[in-house]
Amino acid sequence: MDISLSHVDYRYQANTPFERLAIQDVSIDIPSGTYLAIIGHTGSGKSTVLQHLNALLVPSEGTVAIGDKEIKAHQKNKDLRKVRQRVGIVFQFPEHQLFEETVEKDIIFGPMNFGVTEADAKKRARVALKQVGLAEEILEKSPFDLSGGQMRRVAIAGVLAMEPDVIVLDEPTAGLDPRGRKEIMDMFYQLHQERQLSTILVTHSMEDAARYADQIVIMQHGKVAKKGTPEEIFSSPGELVQMGLDVPEVVRFQLKLEEKWGMNFEQIYLSIEQLSSAFANKLKRGVRL
Amino acid sequence: MMEKMIFGRYVPADSLVHKMDPRSKLTIIFLFVCVIFLANNWQTYAIIGIYTFFMIGLSRIPARFLYGGLKPVLWLVIFTFLLQIFFTREGTVLFHLGPLKIYEEGMKMGFYISFRFFFLILMTSLLTLTTTPIEITDGLETLLGPLKKVRFPVHEMALMMSISLRFIPTLMQETDKIMKAQIARGVEFASGPVKERIKAIIPLLIPLFVSSFKRAEELAIAMEARGYRGGEGRTKYRQLSWKMVDTLQLVFLAIITVLLILFRS
Ligand SMILES: Nc1ncnc2c1ncn2[C@@H]1O[C@H](COP(=O)(O)OP(=O)(O)OP(=O)(O)O)[C@@H](O)[C@H]1O
Ligand SMILES: [Mg+2]
Repeated sequence: MDISLSHVDYRYQANTPFERLAIQDVSIDIPSGTYLAIIGHTGSGKSTVLQHLNALLVPSEGTVAIGDKEIKAHQKNKDLRKVRQRVGIVFQFPEHQLFEETVEKDIIFGPMNFGVTEADAKKRARVALKQVGLAEEILEKSPFDLSGGQMRRVAIAGVLAMEPDVIVLDEPTAGLDPRGRKEIMDMFYQLHQERQLSTILVTHSMEDAARYADQIVIMQHGKVAKKGTPEEIFSSPGELVQMGLDVPEVVRFQLKLEEKWGMNFEQIYLSIEQLSSAFANKLKRGVRL
Repeated sequence: MMEKMIFGRYVPADSLVHKMDPRSKLTIIFLFVCVIFLANNWQTYAIIGIYTFFMIGLSRIPARFLYGGLKPVLWLVIFTFLLQIFFTREGTVLFHLGPLKIYEEGMKMGFYISFRFFFLILMTSLLTLTTTPIEITDGLETLLGPLKKVRFPVHEMALMMSISLRFIPTLMQETDKIMKAQIARGVEFASGPVKERIKAIIPLLIPLFVSSFKRAEELAIAMEARGYRGGEGRTKYRQLSWKMVDTLQLVFLAIITVLLILFRS
């Protein structure tokens, strides 16, 4: 399912003294099957953009097209449920949305709201639980007896069980331990690969953006400052630093190499494997250190 | 969704009302609540109305914002009005509305009571809109200070109040956030049959309760960690200062009161 935002503005608390233009003239195209990362300094409007992707916010100006549904400013938009069924969203700190008596009931809550039968939903719950790396015993426990990390995984399972075509992630791993972080990110990437699931990820981790995304959008002060592939984005580190961002560690390392030994790599490498083989090649060809 | 709520919110601005001492504002509100009952004919209600709108003007709170925030309450005012005109059976019959007779006295009472209600809401909203929760608490604590002599827990009351006022906006934000998360999971809060909508409250209320309890506990721990021991011997960083405006405002309210007494029937 293709999603596109064109010239979207959003004002929080319009017509009050607290009115705040959070995003301005944002245009982003997300063709089906894309892995898009949105990065930007805190308060730059990333979460606001995300909430437009399943019509939780309706633009103050501009249009959002989700599949064949158009959501326009200044008009009543009906029938948003269908859209929400196809676009799953994992919020910042999703564990706050848990409420049921047992983990199982919480996971099947979403699918059942969208008309899936209980038996089917329960099957989906088992699959989703496995995807997020939890054991089945947990199904009968109360979600409030779990650890923070487990709660996070249950909340994510609740969204996966809806089997959306597009998954929207707002810093899904904030506050997790490094291993949990990698497990969750790898899981989303695998889903993206296997099911051609469009994935939109908001992250503060340049490493994650570089490793997983096909496309990167940089937000700054509510506007899209730059779009491009990871290679394009990370090839100008000066610009990124100016926006309060950073480049992935590998890129920093490559720049240090170039600086220290006057080497010149033809391109930016985003993984340590690529960089080391390029480095090895250079050494073989007899570049002097 | 909860953006329009104005209760317990402070709108910073540079106005005479904002500059007033919380003690004088609280006193004025208290007196206003008493004085408003002096009004009993259209002249006196007009005086109260002019006074209320004059104060709103002074406060520089945008009228549109106030209107937006009070809209839900307006329904309550209209409801009060209807109750009065339908259920008062005194005076002459003005006209028939189907099987219902509308009496002169009912009409009058309807207008008076709903206006009184409306002005009270406006003035009290004005207090919280122009005064920070801390100021309100400090003011109240000083004003009620004498009650400490009879072992009334003034400080604790004031603290409780300031905490509740402080957390209203936080609770609103939290509500908004959880509502959105549940809407994304297919809950309908705003449409559908009433029974479904009531059921939809549960996925909202439970997470709210959980996070409120958690927050209360964290707050308590944070207060203890910083050595909070209650009001005994506590000094204040912010000193209240009574200014010329405050005296003038009280005099102004006194003049209004005299006018009300003169014009009431
Ligand atoms: N409910 C709200 N009411 C008013 N302003 C808001 C609200 N939510 C966000 N904002 C404002 O909109 C701007 C963008 O917020 P947003 O949450 O989209 O930022 P973000 O890029 O997701 O930041 P972070 O990285 O910290 O999550 C911020 O300046 C914020 O203050
Ligand atoms: Mg955010």
